[in-house]
Amino acid sequence: MTGLTSAASHGAHSDEQGSSSRHPGLNLHQHDPQAHDAAEELLFGFWIFLMSDLVIFSMLFATYGTMLNSLAGGPGPHQLFDLGSTAIETVVLLTSSLSFGMATLSMKYDASARKTGLWIFVTLLLGLVFLGFEIHDFSEMISKGGFPSRSGYLSSFFALVGTHGLHVTVGCIWLVVMLVQLRVFGLDSCVKTRILRLGLFWHFLDIIWVGIFSFVYLLGLAP
Amino acid sequence: MIGPDPRDAGSLGKSVLLFSPLGLLFLSGCETAGISFLAPAGPIAALQHHWFEVILIALAIVILPVLVGVPFCLWRYRLGNKNAPYRPDWQYTLSLEYLVWGIPAVIVLMLAILIWGAERRYSPQTPINSQTSPLEVQVVALNWKWLFIYPAEHVASLDTLALPVGREVRFSLTSDKSMQSFFIPALGSQIYAMAGMVTTLHLRADQPGRYLGENTQFNGMGFQDEKFTVIALPDAAFRNWVTTAHQSPLALNDATYRTLLRDGNDHQAVSMLTKDQMPPSDPLQPQGLHFANVPPDFFRNIVNHVHQPPVSQITVPQ
Amino acid sequence: MTSFLFGKLSYGAFPFYSLIATFAASIVVIGAIGVAGFITRIRGWPALWSKWLTSLDHKRIGIMYIVVSFVMLARAIVEAVLMRAQQVVGYRSSGFLPPEHFAQLFTTHGTIMIFFMAMPFLIGLYNFAMPLQIGARDVSYPLLNSISLAFTASGAALMMISLCLGKFSTGGWSGYPPYTELQFSPDVGVDYWIWALTLSSIGNTMTGINFAVTIYKKRAPGMYLFRMPLFSWTALCVSILMIFAMPPLTVATLMLALDRYADMHFFTNGQGGNMMNYINMFWLFGHPEVYILILPAFGVYSETIATFSSKTLYGYTSLVWASVSIAVLSFTVWVHHFFTMGQSGDINAVFGIATMLIAIPTGVKIYDWMLTMYRGRIRMSVPMLYASAFMILFAVGGGAGVLMANPGFDYQVHNTLFLVAHFHNMLIPGLLFGMLSGYHYWFPKAFGFRLHEKWGRAIFWLWSIGFVFAFMPLYALGMLGMPRRSQEYFEPVYLPYTIVAMIGALLITGALICMVIQLVVSVRERHATNVFVGDPWDGRTLEWSVSAPPPEYNFATLPKFDDRDAFYVDKCNGHAYHAPDTYEPITLPANSPLGPVTCMTMVATGFALTWHIWWLAVLGILVFAGGVIARSFNRHTEQTISADEVRDIETRWLKAVHETSPVPVEAEFSNLNRGRAAGALK
Repeated sequence: MTGLTSAASHGAHSDEQGSSSRHPGLNLHQHDPQAHDAAEELLFGFWIFLMSDLVIFSMLFATYGTMLNSLAGGPGPHQLFDLGSTAIETVVLLTSSLSFGMATLSMKYDASARKTGLWIFVTLLLGLVFLGFEIHDFSEMISKGGFPSRSGYLSSFFALVGTHGLHVTVGCIWLVVMLVQLRVFGLDSCVKTRILRLGLFWHFLDIIWVGIFSFVYLLGLAP
Repeated sequence: MIGPDPRDAGSLGKSVLLFSPLGLLFLSGCETAGISFLAPAGPIAALQHHWFEVILIALAIVILPVLVGVPFCLWRYRLGNKNAPYRPDWQYTLSLEYLVWGIPAVIVLMLAILIWGAERRYSPQTPINSQTSPLEVQVVALNWKWLFIYPAEHVASLDTLALPVGREVRFSLTSDKSMQSFFIPALGSQIYAMAGMVTTLHLRADQPGRYLGENTQFNGMGFQDEKFTVIALPDAAFRNWVTTAHQSPLALNDATYRTLLRDGNDHQAVSMLTKDQMPPSDPLQPQGLHFANVPPDFFRNIVNHVHQPPVSQITVPQ
Repeated sequence: MTSFLFGKLSYGAFPFYSLIATFAASIVVIGAIGVAGFITRIRGWPALWSKWLTSLDHKRIGIMYIVVSFVMLARAIVEAVLMRAQQVVGYRSSGFLPPEHFAQLFTTHGTIMIFFMAMPFLIGLYNFAMPLQIGARDVSYPLLNSISLAFTASGAALMMISLCLGKFSTGGWSGYPPYTELQFSPDVGVDYWIWALTLSSIGNTMTGINFAVTIYKKRAPGMYLFRMPLFSWTALCVSILMIFAMPPLTVATLMLALDRYADMHFFTNGQGGNMMNYINMFWLFGHPEVYILILPAFGVYSETIATFSSKTLYGYTSLVWASVSIAVLSFTVWVHHFFTMGQSGDINAVFGIATMLIAIPTGVKIYDWMLTMYRGRIRMSVPMLYASAFMILFAVGGGAGVLMANPGFDYQVHNTLFLVAHFHNMLIPGLLFGMLSGYHYWFPKAFGFRLHEKWGRAIFWLWSIGFVFAFMPLYALGMLGMPRRSQEYFEPVYLPYTIVAMIGALLITGALICMVIQLVVSVRERHATNVFVGDPWDGRTLEWSVSAPPPEYNFATLPKFDDRDAFYVDKCNGHAYHAPDTYEPITLPANSPLGPVTCMTMVATGFALTWHIWWLAVLGILVFAGGVIARSFNRHTEQTISADEVRDIETRWLKAVHETSPVPVEAEFSNLNRGRAAGALK
């Protein structure tokens, strides 16, 4: 029995995995299986990163949960939250996820950098609108005396929602970078995998927001 | 025992022999008395001493084979010993797997029963013996001293904890500074004291004597001085002690308490409160500072930070 | 204006408050200047930049991690000796270290040993050996690897800067609030601690992601998970632990930062703060961290014990499952770090039992290693010496751990020196001996020559005896009620134990000095101990099948596996050292300056945040972000080594292999050992 033999070419490597390992939603227009393996490796790593990021959010959610009664005489959800505004934020962010989905689809079937870029631009606009509303909400809260240093509860609120906002901001910067890259490089496989990873990030933020909206806002205002 | 005469430091030569944990078993009672559960002075410490021995014996079953087996294998199967059998490809025997997983599992199961049974029964929150009414003592951890309030007796004392022998004591603890850990090794368990919260501890002293009490959680530059003296007194003597405390010219009120809130050890607090300059002294010596007329809700107010300096004016940031 | 430019930094920050602090700072400055001068003298800057700092080669990055680790180890050992000396003179005397200095020492000692000695050491070893073991050319994300190193190194640099400017935290390595809040610690010390930890935890998270993906995706054909060497298996467990355990630390330290910088109230005494949240999050990180530290050592021992017993690892499957169950269980036991926080006895009992469960797989491992030695042919090499001492000492320390897992007993010894003795007993014979075992084991693979054997033995004995002297007395002191972190004490019975512990600390200092001597002597004698062929220890796993040091591309052709211990099987069958039929060009990642840029910007940012120099903090983050974005526009991220070049390198090596006569294991410590093992006699 031979412990170690040489796989002379890359072909032997990819035989085991075949073309089925192509990442769904990704059309790299290449028949080189290695490119697909590389893309899958990148995306898999990004999934793991998201899991790690999820731990950060779960810590923030847990802290928020334990701090619900730490008002220290300061204002609470009923005095501070504006459900109308957060509902609009929710709609805007969910729509931005849809528009990103359109960008991904157009990338897969259309392969037109222009159309993909357009959808990404729409996503960016929606992301900015979301951030605008969030900043507006925060300033409203602060003017009502709900500033982060007021109580443990408000510290944990701003940490949780603020971290999400910070993620959206980073996502927006990333969207801008991808718009420029689409312009410079067109839809090459490198740009494609990056857009796909950005998409994962963006949808992930959407899911977190759904958690924030239900757990923080809806439950907070529940009688 | 903590006495006024510092004992002789044991001779170095003897103690070198004792540098292993097992050496502790040979320590004379005099060296451990008052400072360690190895010379228990109450039921909890006695139980802990007992559990320690039980667990050690159980552990020996797992550890001894390693202590014997490793040197044995190293010697028997050394490269130079060509007479020893050599089985380079042997990698698995089912019956050995049962032993390898089974022995530690059985030991852990035994110890788990100990934890779920006796140890859980005598956790700090649980009264030791619920038949008699316990003595209530409220403990406030400060920098770097301890304030003991006897709510039923309306007295308090600084860094001296007088206890009646044979009567269960129920401690309620809080801190008005950072987190600290209240510990009387000879009596039993330690427990944290945390600001804004109250923890509970049950102990009992069965023998009269003086015991070491201390904070074990680092809390600043006076940490090492933060010892207190536990005096376990027979019932009559304890009543005498309370009477003496009642006669103290100092009352525990906002003014005196704010003096205690300042950083410093008990000795510094005494010189600030009584205005007479004492010679620098031993942190292990009780300062004998008592307070009379302790208001009934004093401890609760401390938990609610009533005496803390006001938080800087809260303003809306621009 | 001055406060805008320099924040809180002023002349008062210079460490002239005590002679020892001034001396330590001078050592750091003189050391840095000395190293820079030396590099200038040998005209080494271009090589340092192009071969090391900007390199994305996992082997070089691994070596750089270990260099960081050694520098920090030296500092932390000196600090330990100072603390031991203070306790020797601290009986009813304030000694020579004032409480504040003493507190800084135990804080930096712990912080460095965990985050800047142990973590870089184990990540360095994994970086070097794991891709070689699984038959990969590099890790999945070579650039991320370099950036992770940059984050860790910038945290370490911040620790060093804290010696020279300002004072460090006095809150211990775990930094419990509210003591570390502004109310009790208004100085910049805690801020130094926060940013050093945050930087290192970010770096470690990225490393975890990188290693996990590498193991899942980059294994050579036929290298199924259950054919992976145990060391790589522990790499997988550790990286998963890192991915999930590091974020709680990041969150905890950043919340503490928000409390301190933005007047928030996560862990403050008033205003609704709750410090118990910090303690829970810290140990939610901290306990898995313990196994992040110990599993790599288990991995190393599994390799060295099998290799130096000339025998297949006993109970491979058991060992794998034991590692995995340790990793999983490590998330379920964090409460045992604070049994005394006032929760109910039921909760403590549950966590106590969960803690003891970990003792089962750990016990299994020790038994399996003993059975690996059983009926072997054991060579007492330095790595094997460490492994043997580990098994004996670790069994004792593990016993202490089971004792402390019992809440009833823990109430007695929590926060005492018993605890200190226990975790040093885990981390020195466990982690550090494992790392040193791996260091001696893989050093010839990394540099092409062996470490000096006799000095290695001296180091081993100094470490082992030093450890016993330094820490066994602490068990006794703890049971006698002596709290940890005591700068002064009042019980005469403690004194003799502290003297014995001091002797131990001196022996360990001797070990440190011998490590330096060993390195110098080994480098001098490198021609006599050259093992270019690459297999000095009759190795079993794949990393031994290539030259030492391995070529940049690791494997001329990707290996294919049919078995565990593949290289050993090949050697037995005479299939080793065969040239492939054809050579192909190999694509590797090109160098990138992003790593060093990250390091510099993160040092600047961490330093600026510590001292409230806001412009510099913003600038640092902007430059870093700009660097990352600029890099994403770079399309020339790969370099190709031509087939001819590969053939030349391989042919030269194979020629050396065939010219080298195999050396029997009996002579492997002699200069006859040129890296081709003849194997043990059946």
